[in-house]
Amino acid sequence: MAALVSMGDIEAKALGLGIDLSTVDLESIRLPPGEDFGIKSDDDEDILKEDTQEYETGFGNIIVVDNLPVVPPEKYEKLEGVVRKIYSQIGVIKDDGLWMPLNPESKKTLGFCFIEFNTPQEAELAKEKTHGYKLDKSHIFAVNLFDDFDKFMKVPDEWAPPEIKPYTPGENLQQWLTDEKARDQFVIRALSDTEVLWNDPRQLKPELVYRRGYWTESFVQWSPLGTYLATVHRQGAAVWGGAATFNRLMRYAHPQVKLIDFSPGEKYLVTYSSHEPSNPRDTHRVVLNIFDVRTGKVMRDFKGSADEFATGGTGGVSGVSWPVFRWGGGKDDKYFARIGKNVISVYETETFTLIDKKSLKVENVMDFSWSPADPILALFVPELGGGNQPARVSLVQIPSKEELRQKNLFSVSDCKMYWQSNGDYLAVKVDRYTKTKKSTYTGFELFRIKERDIPIEVLELENKNDKIVAFAWEPKGHRFAVIHGDGPKPDISFYSMRSAHNSGRVSKLATLKGKQANALYWSPAGRFVILAGLKVFNGQLEFYNVDELETMATGEHFMATDIEWDPTGRYVATSVTSVHEMENGFNIWSFNGKLLYRIPRDHFYQFLWRPRPPSFLSPEKEEEISKNLKKYSKKYEAEDQDVSLLLSEQDREKRKMLQEEWDRWVQEWKKLHEEEEEIRQLLRDGEASDEEEEYEAKEVEVEEVLDVTEEVVSYDFEQNANYMS
Amino acid sequence: MTIPRGPSNGTRIIAKEVHLTVSGVSENPSFLTGCPFHSLLSTQSPEKSDRGKMRPILMKGHERPLTFLKYNREGDLLFSCAKDHTPTVWFADNGERLGTYRGHNGAVWCCDVSRDSMRLITGSADQTAKLWNVQTGAQLFTFNFDSPARAVDFSVGDKLAVITTDPFMELPSAILVKRIAQDPEDQTGESVLTIKGPQGRINRAVWGPLNRTIISAGEDAIIRIWDSEARKLLKESDKETGHQKTVSSLFKSADGSHFLTGSLDKSAKLWDSRTLTLIKTYVTERPVNAVALSPLLDQVVMGGGQDASHVTTTDRRAGKFEAKFFHKILQEEIGGVKGHFGPINALAFNPDGRSFSSGGEDGYVRLHHFDPDYFNMKM
Repeated sequence: MAALVSMGDIEAKALGLGIDLSTVDLESIRLPPGEDFGIKSDDDEDILKEDTQEYETGFGNIIVVDNLPVVPPEKYEKLEGVVRKIYSQIGVIKDDGLWMPLNPESKKTLGFCFIEFNTPQEAELAKEKTHGYKLDKSHIFAVNLFDDFDKFMKVPDEWAPPEIKPYTPGENLQQWLTDEKARDQFVIRALSDTEVLWNDPRQLKPELVYRRGYWTESFVQWSPLGTYLATVHRQGAAVWGGAATFNRLMRYAHPQVKLIDFSPGEKYLVTYSSHEPSNPRDTHRVVLNIFDVRTGKVMRDFKGSADEFATGGTGGVSGVSWPVFRWGGGKDDKYFARIGKNVISVYETETFTLIDKKSLKVENVMDFSWSPADPILALFVPELGGGNQPARVSLVQIPSKEELRQKNLFSVSDCKMYWQSNGDYLAVKVDRYTKTKKSTYTGFELFRIKERDIPIEVLELENKNDKIVAFAWEPKGHRFAVIHGDGPKPDISFYSMRSAHNSGRVSKLATLKGKQANALYWSPAGRFVILAGLKVFNGQLEFYNVDELETMATGEHFMATDIEWDPTGRYVATSVTSVHEMENGFNIWSFNGKLLYRIPRDHFYQFLWRPRPPSFLSPEKEEEISKNLKKYSKKYEAEDQDVSLLLSEQDREKRKMLQEEWDRWVQEWKKLHEEEEEIRQLLRDGEASDEEEEYEAKEVEVEEVLDVTEEVVSYDFEQNANYMS
Repeated sequence: MTIPRGPSNGTRIIAKEVHLTVSGVSENPSFLTGCPFHSLLSTQSPEKSDRGKMRPILMKGHERPLTFLKYNREGDLLFSCAKDHTPTVWFADNGERLGTYRGHNGAVWCCDVSRDSMRLITGSADQTAKLWNVQTGAQLFTFNFDSPARAVDFSVGDKLAVITTDPFMELPSAILVKRIAQDPEDQTGESVLTIKGPQGRINRAVWGPLNRTIISAGEDAIIRIWDSEARKLLKESDKETGHQKTVSSLFKSADGSHFLTGSLDKSAKLWDSRTLTLIKTYVTERPVNAVALSPLLDQVVMGGGQDASHVTTTDRRAGKFEAKFFHKILQEEIGGVKGHFGPINALAFNPDGRSFSSGGEDGYVRLHHFDPDYFNMKM
């Protein structure tokens, strides 16, 4: 590496050579390719390497078809015709894109040919579809991408045992959980920057952990337990994390990746890309890869037309709904499933194959969802045959595929399933047609999963015609909230799955009338809920305590688009993202509705709290702590006090400093102003010039006759008389 | 001349009445002399019940968006410029319209009034700057240019005026200095000094201390100090720490020692007039169209809002049309004054610091007298 050269040296050198540096257009100088003059570029070399691999050859659209019959020149044309016919069904072969080399001596074909397609996608498809194609008994096609040959050639002939690298301990990826002040982190994206920050509510401001410009090309996402931050790029996805800062831990190559999804236990990462057809005859294709997060290995890939991955149902529904694969079996990442036409395909992660090697056949299945805790699937099948066959919701145990419970429902228009976070309860919102079939009304079917035989209870609202605006379970709890109503100000009702006499029946706790709310945000710790009025309500917030059934505070974050509780349930972030032009930025509130600080940021795209893994404390221990909270909280209260004292001290210091600095300026100005007084006076022709000088305020009244006109005023006596009477 | 000062006890007059009473006056060419209506209005008893609540006087005289506001030295007259072609003068105490200056044929962008309140200079899009007799409303002289005139400012002593012209067709923007003759008869259109160079419109140009410098700012976001005698560039604001977008407004402190600039980059900055040192930055959530410094307290006020063409929502709050008050030294927001239903384009503080006025895209001037509470505010 060359020693640092100062600009002064360069100038001296240029002078010596008789070059006027100012006339040299530095931009126009081109270095010979490959020459860096000993100056290393700071560019990410890894990325550079990857790029060359991908783009240098540019033969991605060529395939090699092997095991063709060897034919004499007479039959050459016939064979070419056959091959062309097979492959032009798959894609567009370029002009002169089919080449079958000949043996220069015998003039016979060599038994293979090259085909060049218009696009690499077509080549890929051709390989997939015709590899193993039987032309006749002795000629089974072996199709490969031309680009892959390099790879095959590099395989050494002799097997050598793989080198075993010594184990290097990785860094503690969960370092952030050991923060002394027990703070939480969050990530924001604004303009081109992505920043990870500590939420420091004591200091009433965030503290920067890591900032990086152009960190991602579309969005960022935390893994479900908070270990990794995933970024999305043209070449694929990457995850970042580490003890001190954010290092790249792994990359997952997937060109043009659009969406990503972690499994709940963050063992696997699903990536998705969709490729628009290049010509109308082709179908819209999608590619899904499932990676092992830690090793970066592709565990399974899925390719196919978009239709295959569209959600099920009786057709008509098109487009892929994300996530395509839904993970089940809790945090163990044991199973994942997707819905297809009349089937639900459930895979297990030991072998990444279908359970029992076949999908679960369910005629006309519309929707399914996993219990968040147990390997139980809930699925919904709509009404068939004009009502002859009722709609049904059933619970299926995996891997046994045994139906645990089923409920038939009549005159149903739609169903939606809501699981409680522990998998204790399942609420199914059922929209039913009224007798006239002209309108619908809504009721709930409540399943108690953990009880014997899974009892089902029906809940109907007092006013059956109320529309359901929102529904949400209390996390880890037994309560749920419903926003319902027809008018502009809906009502909000709270229910409990337990009742006073423990009779195992659902009971209503309270109804709040006429609220400006259309969304519910429960604290992850339960008990508190934010009744939020977004969109038309402009960001009204009501912080409600469901234990006491009272409003703790109301607030407003004007135009707020997003609300997110921190993973501990201590703080809430409300944000205005760039869907609005103005007001962009975020506010942090305490759980009881006190606005702690506001951070305005232009072009604000994302706010995400870093999730925390579940606590290791047993429920009993947690109970004990909350019982003796006073004992534990003493320490923290003292800390809080210290911090607030320090803060006010610092604040005073800062103010004092600012004031002093300002006073210095004022002194300086006064001095200069006085020095200049004489000159100023001169400029004003001797008039005393200081601003503070006295000027007399005299009241001068000047009366001036502007105009005098005389006119005869006619007066209607009669009218006047009338008026008088 | 000494102009009668109105009672400073916060007389409040219902805006509607003012319009009715005054509309006749402005027709009168010699309106300031005498002014029979003034005494009549000022004798009205203030509405005591409203004390303690700052109720603005709504001054409706312009038909188009306001562009500039200026108080005279004594603070009894308020001059307003708007995109309708008629600068207007008002009683600064009660918002009574005194008269208009008719003669421009385009939007009027800026004005300045001489120290003795005798002369008014205005710059207009009709490619002229005009000198007026404040009292009579008579046009004294017209400076003709080849492109719209933008900023105007009298020097200390009122013997010189700086005028800027916009880039137009092929012409670049320019800063011109004209000599202002004692006797309007002797007035000529000759330029004493011409500066060309900065790219884009120059939105404001004002005199530095002792007329030795001219401070300019505009579309290229850079503040410049020019030597008005040696005719060269002395200082430029730093690109990093300076404004990032068009500087829309500039307001000098009473003694000219420092000045405040407002920019569409949603900030206002306080600079030393002599060294161009950046002293303070005030960050807000709206593009800033107008700024002003309180002559009495350590406060700055800034106004602006979402560009009128971008306002999509019906909710007035969405546009951020409040005038925002900041603590000058601590750079913290103190409060806001709502009212306009369009962006604020102009702000001015009464030299006594007891009232301020704002002019909006909505065509209104709002005149605010501060409550007693305001002066007792503790920071």
